[in-house]
Amino acid sequence: MAILITPETKILIQGITGEFGARHTRLSLDYGTKVVAGVTPGKGGQFFEHKDHKVPIFNSVAEAAKATGATVSAIFVPPPFAADAVLEGVDAGLDLAVAITEGIPIRDMVRVKRAMQGRSTRLVGPNCPGLVSPGTGKDSHGGCRIGIAPGYINKKGHVGVVSRSGTLTYEAVFQLTSKGIGQSTTVGIGGDPVNGTSHLDVIKLFAADPDTHGIIFIGEIGGNAEVEAARWLKANCQKPVAGFIAGATAPAGRRMGHAGAIVGGAEDTAAAKIAVFKECGIEVAATPSDMADALLRSAKAKGVTLT
Amino acid sequence: MNIHEYQAKALFEKFGVPVPKGAPARSAEEIPAALASLPEGPTMVKSQIHAGGRGKGTFTDGFKGGVKFCKTKADAKDIAGKMLGNTLVTIQTGPAGRKVQTVYFTVASEIKKEYYLAILLDRATSRPVIVASTEGGVEIEKVAHDTPEKIHKVFVDPAYGLADFQVRDLIFKLGFSPAEAKNAGKLIRNLYTCYWETDAAMVEVNPLITTPTGEVLALDGKVSFDDNALFRHPEIVALRDLNEEDPKEIEASKYALSYIALDGNIACLVNGAGLAMSTMDIIKHFGGTPANFLDVGGGASKDQVIAAFKIILGDSNVKGILVNIFGGIMDCNVIAQGIVEAVKEVGLKLPLVVRLEGNNVTAGKATLAASGLKLVAADTMADAAQKIVKLVAAA
Repeated sequence: MAILITPETKILIQGITGEFGARHTRLSLDYGTKVVAGVTPGKGGQFFEHKDHKVPIFNSVAEAAKATGATVSAIFVPPPFAADAVLEGVDAGLDLAVAITEGIPIRDMVRVKRAMQGRSTRLVGPNCPGLVSPGTGKDSHGGCRIGIAPGYINKKGHVGVVSRSGTLTYEAVFQLTSKGIGQSTTVGIGGDPVNGTSHLDVIKLFAADPDTHGIIFIGEIGGNAEVEAARWLKANCQKPVAGFIAGATAPAGRRMGHAGAIVGGAEDTAAAKIAVFKECGIEVAATPSDMADALLRSAKAKGVTLT
Repeated sequence: MNIHEYQAKALFEKFGVPVPKGAPARSAEEIPAALASLPEGPTMVKSQIHAGGRGKGTFTDGFKGGVKFCKTKADAKDIAGKMLGNTLVTIQTGPAGRKVQTVYFTVASEIKKEYYLAILLDRATSRPVIVASTEGGVEIEKVAHDTPEKIHKVFVDPAYGLADFQVRDLIFKLGFSPAEAKNAGKLIRNLYTCYWETDAAMVEVNPLITTPTGEVLALDGKVSFDDNALFRHPEIVALRDLNEEDPKEIEASKYALSYIALDGNIACLVNGAGLAMSTMDIIKHFGGTPANFLDVGGGASKDQVIAAFKIILGDSNVKGILVNIFGGIMDCNVIAQGIVEAVKEVGLKLPLVVRLEGNNVTAGKATLAASGLKLVAADTMADAAQKIVKLVAAA
């Protein structure tokens, strides 16, 4: 098993006919992902064709979900319209909406997040690389790839990876796969200040997933989400965990002004977060090159097999 | 995006947030007209730069104070002449300081008490938060650290907006007199509307003041905006002052590159913000100092790589370059060709270490090797960082 998505998950693409959405739909189809529908208002009734695939396009998410049984959506809609696209997925009762779009106004996301309270849909992102649950084929073919991450670097296995950053996630996955260690699911939660799913949400899912034996947890400066997740891990999870925090050298003056520091508290610098990680028993990767090795150290210390 | 105090005050007035009467002057010629629009009497002269600590700053010619109180308008005229065109160094500008291109005159208000008021996003709750304190006019971080009980926070439900009871509650906590309460309530509500309607990232008023006659005024104003939302606010984009931005950062934004200049000597060129940040970190980890943050985005094109090299080389502190690309979807060979062309076009003489990984990496490495360029290939990020630090140290 994996978390949130499995190779059987049926997905739809909002914004399938845009250049960006179309390119990544083709890559997901090539990876063997079950892309069953596309949504582009005004293009309902047409088809998205790629090799042997003929994916029906609908005018609305509700129609697409009803006709095809899709339960998850990947959103590639441009920023001014992306918040509305998320709400449409929520209204259609999808299990999961993954917003890839970068540059959505923060105020729009504040409203969307409020509107999602009490609703059954989970949002991952925005401004995220998406999720991958690898398959069993060559280069993990046959898996579920939602978003823009490279599928082929994955390998089916038992390590969960969660990160805000795309390329840093690929770096971690690549290190694991190069060492013959596979992944259960890789989740990119996105770099925006207001997002649907937090580090802690994903960590809880990994902790509860019997198929996930270890976790790589990649954080950044700013906010206190990493600290919150680290404290929860200490109290609730015995699985080996490796952590990395990016941004130790980022210039502080470039962040939001004075009041931001108050609300963020004293725990949002890299050094403070790393200290909390250590205190919570997370094996800290000294450099990004050390992420897979850090997890191996933690697994060895806890007597856990990752493969 | 940031704006100047005089622009923030004009925005405040538009939303019904009272400010002391004022007028900007962008040149010596504009000073008389600006002063003529104000009444005779005590006048403040305020240097307009996008950095805090102006009052305690020093100009590079030795003149002290970027914000000055003057007893008369005639004095204000003299002081403004000393500030305009002069370079102000504050704790936030760095040693190079910032050239003052605009001065702002305001009526000097009589102050009964100073407060602090700001509105920004609270990341933990994903809601706007109003932060207020009875300790105004001082560094708010210090207040938060020494006397956290003096900081009051109001979280606003975006579905309903700022509620009247929340405003009342805050006014009682801040201890406004009954005569001031009505004005203070109106100011807080209007400032919230200003924050929300303009897609501000933060509005900060420090200090907010009361006067002996019961007025409540924003004596200072600092506003920054959510860059993602600028597309729907052309009137705010028009306030952008390119003089306040690093020319290299402006050039970078034309090519959709995210660039921030730092003070080290190893430049880096990376795809993805997280990887770019951690590339800076790993340079530092192995004893070097990063010269910049540069994210070429997920899909670095050849033109972007060339533009990025030119921007990097515009910084005379740079003694070496580290390129770190994880080509997930992108073809590493296309990137390699871009690097080769860029290096040839800019005639690079500095040490260059390239770490390529990902899609079609074998062909990419072959392209680099066959180029005849003097570049050093690296396998991992750690390998790359160690190599460039060593090369720069030896140079």
